[in-house]
Amino acid sequence: MAYTDDAAHHGPTSFFTRYIWSQDHKVIAVQYTLVAIFVGLVGVVLSNLMRLQLGFPGHFTFIDANRYYQFVTMHGMIMVIYLLTALFLGGFGNYLIPLMVGARDMVFPYLNMLSFWVYFLSVLVLLSSFFVPGGPTGAGWTLYPPQAILRGTPGYEWGIILMLVSLLIFIVAATMGGLNYVTTVLQARTEGMTLMRMPLAVWGIFMATILALLAFPALFVSGLMMLLDRTLGTSFFMPAIVSLGQQLNYKGGSPLLFQHLFWFFGHPEVYIVALPAFGIVSDLISVHSRKSIFGYRTMVWAILAIGVLSVVVWAHHMFVSGMNPYFGFFFATTTLIIAIPTAIKVYNWVITLWRGDIHFSVPMLFAIAFVSTFVIGGLTGLFLGNVSVDIPLSNTYFVVAHFHMVMGVSPILVVFGGIYHWYPKVTGRMLNDTLGHIHFWVTFVGTYAIFFPMHYLGILGMPRRYYAYDNYAFIPESAHLMNAYISVAAFIVAAAQLLFIFNLAWSVRHGRLAGSNPWRAASLEWQTPQTPPVHGNWGPEQPVVHRWAYAYSVPGASEDFIAQNAPPDAGGAEPEPHASRGAVA
Amino acid sequence: MNANLVYRASGDSERRSGPGPGDVGRQHARRAAASIGLWVFMGVVSSLFGLFIAAYAMRMDSPDWHAVSLPWQVWMSTALLAAGSAVMLVAARAARDGRFTMAHRALRFGGLAAAAFVASQLWAWQALLAIHVMPANNPAGSFFYLLTAMHGLHVLGGLVGWAVAMHAARGSARATLRIVLCARYWHFLLAVWLVLLAALNWLTPELVRFICGRG
Repeated sequence: MAYTDDAAHHGPTSFFTRYIWSQDHKVIAVQYTLVAIFVGLVGVVLSNLMRLQLGFPGHFTFIDANRYYQFVTMHGMIMVIYLLTALFLGGFGNYLIPLMVGARDMVFPYLNMLSFWVYFLSVLVLLSSFFVPGGPTGAGWTLYPPQAILRGTPGYEWGIILMLVSLLIFIVAATMGGLNYVTTVLQARTEGMTLMRMPLAVWGIFMATILALLAFPALFVSGLMMLLDRTLGTSFFMPAIVSLGQQLNYKGGSPLLFQHLFWFFGHPEVYIVALPAFGIVSDLISVHSRKSIFGYRTMVWAILAIGVLSVVVWAHHMFVSGMNPYFGFFFATTTLIIAIPTAIKVYNWVITLWRGDIHFSVPMLFAIAFVSTFVIGGLTGLFLGNVSVDIPLSNTYFVVAHFHMVMGVSPILVVFGGIYHWYPKVTGRMLNDTLGHIHFWVTFVGTYAIFFPMHYLGILGMPRRYYAYDNYAFIPESAHLMNAYISVAAFIVAAAQLLFIFNLAWSVRHGRLAGSNPWRAASLEWQTPQTPPVHGNWGPEQPVVHRWAYAYSVPGASEDFIAQNAPPDAGGAEPEPHASRGAVA
Repeated sequence: MNANLVYRASGDSERRSGPGPGDVGRQHARRAAASIGLWVFMGVVSSLFGLFIAAYAMRMDSPDWHAVSLPWQVWMSTALLAAGSAVMLVAARAARDGRFTMAHRALRFGGLAAAAFVASQLWAWQALLAIHVMPANNPAGSFFYLLTAMHGLHVLGGLVGWAVAMHAARGSARATLRIVLCARYWHFLLAVWLVLLAALNWLTPELVRFICGRG
């Protein structure tokens, strides 16, 4: 089949097939990204509403306790699932995988389109819960039964049902996308693109997708069974219970079973978000310090090790739920072992920077900021991984600080870094640099200002999840002052995101023209014949790859990078697998 | 026409992101995308049912558990599904050997067997409902309905794929691929069903306690 035929048949022609019902991975990626950013903004607004209450309790009467819990729940769920998961896999995964491995598109373009529209449907169902009687669910993002489906929890009427249905729909979308990403990586790599020549961004997204495919079923099982408990009155999770003076019809169900299922999904979810971030940061740091990534192979193995370990640590979220001490020992040990591959990655990033030709471009600033916030969040993870330290800290702001640093701030910094980095490829224009710098510094310093003090509030014993802190003798006045300060910082950070949104919109037309490879990067997505790449990506012939994606500052080369598809005699081949051990290949 | 063709022809990728003139022959060693996609999907479904069974076993260990004796219809269902799987095996072999009429006929019977399986499962539901095993009043009953419904939905999904395979041009490489993939999915559905049946019929609270080391 000739390529021209292919393009004539399937190059989209009308507005609808091009931008709405598009089967082009690049358009789908942008659709995913825009929807995810939109729900993300909803999540930011919700967080600011929470901070209004926490910083200035009693001043905003429209935030009652019910509303507060609804904000908490929706903020958590939106940020973790509908923003970060969708953006990393649906957004970055869709855009980068085919371009980085030299494919013309995903292997199942139609399924890919369905994936986006099903995701969009899940977002609509989720957001519709704001407009139903009783409002969205206020069960907390973990949706623990029995309280999640009891009368008295806000959103009992419709909110919890819509939440569960939306999650089930989302899982269908994620599975359709995931089948595409995994199969494309395995099957559609161009000639010469061996697995060990793939950029680390692809490795991270690939492993995260495998985790998603195996872990999301756990959320599906728990969500479906809870939905049946709520609607049909089954007792999968619901024990015999008296609620509001009434004996309910439930009996014998196991709330702990839900927790196991939820966290069997929930912990891999952390790495579903973190692994793409790891991969993308590796690429940003390498490109912007003009140095090959240090220890490429160990980076790949660390990604695989983290992926495997992440499915055997889930119960560390349940230390306070009570368990056999031997289980606690097991889960604490596996949790702490994850620190090893993670630390390897951090060292490799730092060693890559060492004596590099560091360019403090906006993407690079975000990448370095990520290393900093991730180290902070990772270290407090070591505290919380130990059962005896976790139990007193578990219900305090220390945990809020920990998971926001490690899984909120860190990945979102990578999202920003990635968008600043690849925006020129997507649109052909650069994002405005001044706005970018302002956005970076306010976000970076601001998020530290928000979350760093929370560690101290936590050690002070300030409980999380509380609507108000009146009449607690052990909480000093200074803690309330700190809360007001944190709230102000949160408002400023939120406002800075509007600059980013403005920059995204403005630069589409008015940004500086980027050219095809503004960062002088070696990986394949920058070598497309057109920028932005057209349907089919590569013109008449797919590229042939002769080296890894990290040939920077190669001695004797005419430029400081050698593209992956440059002729073989241009040099810059990846290190031999066993060179460092002196083995003969 | 042989197995190689199966691996070379792939549904979507062949149509849309097919190779340009310079790409010819580069991907001949690679398996069809649809084939790998199906393996991955089967992994996802295995994870799903594995977790359902884990939940089933964990929930069993509670005082309100009353085992439900399975209606005789499930054995008919099992026979139908096994027959479907066997016929699909014939269809796949025939398609690979180029005996397309035979393949098509076997494919049709395989689909009918699966549809009959779903009908038989519904009959089993009706038999249980007739003796007042409701979806909500006993956890063992709840799990029976839930697990059979989830499995049945995957069979119905398979029938969608089967309908697509029925419509592929007879004798084309794509038709061969689709028949082979249908057959593989049918075997997989049978395997999942056998595991589910074993769990529903022979897994007891005592056994669960024994496995968990508390027996």
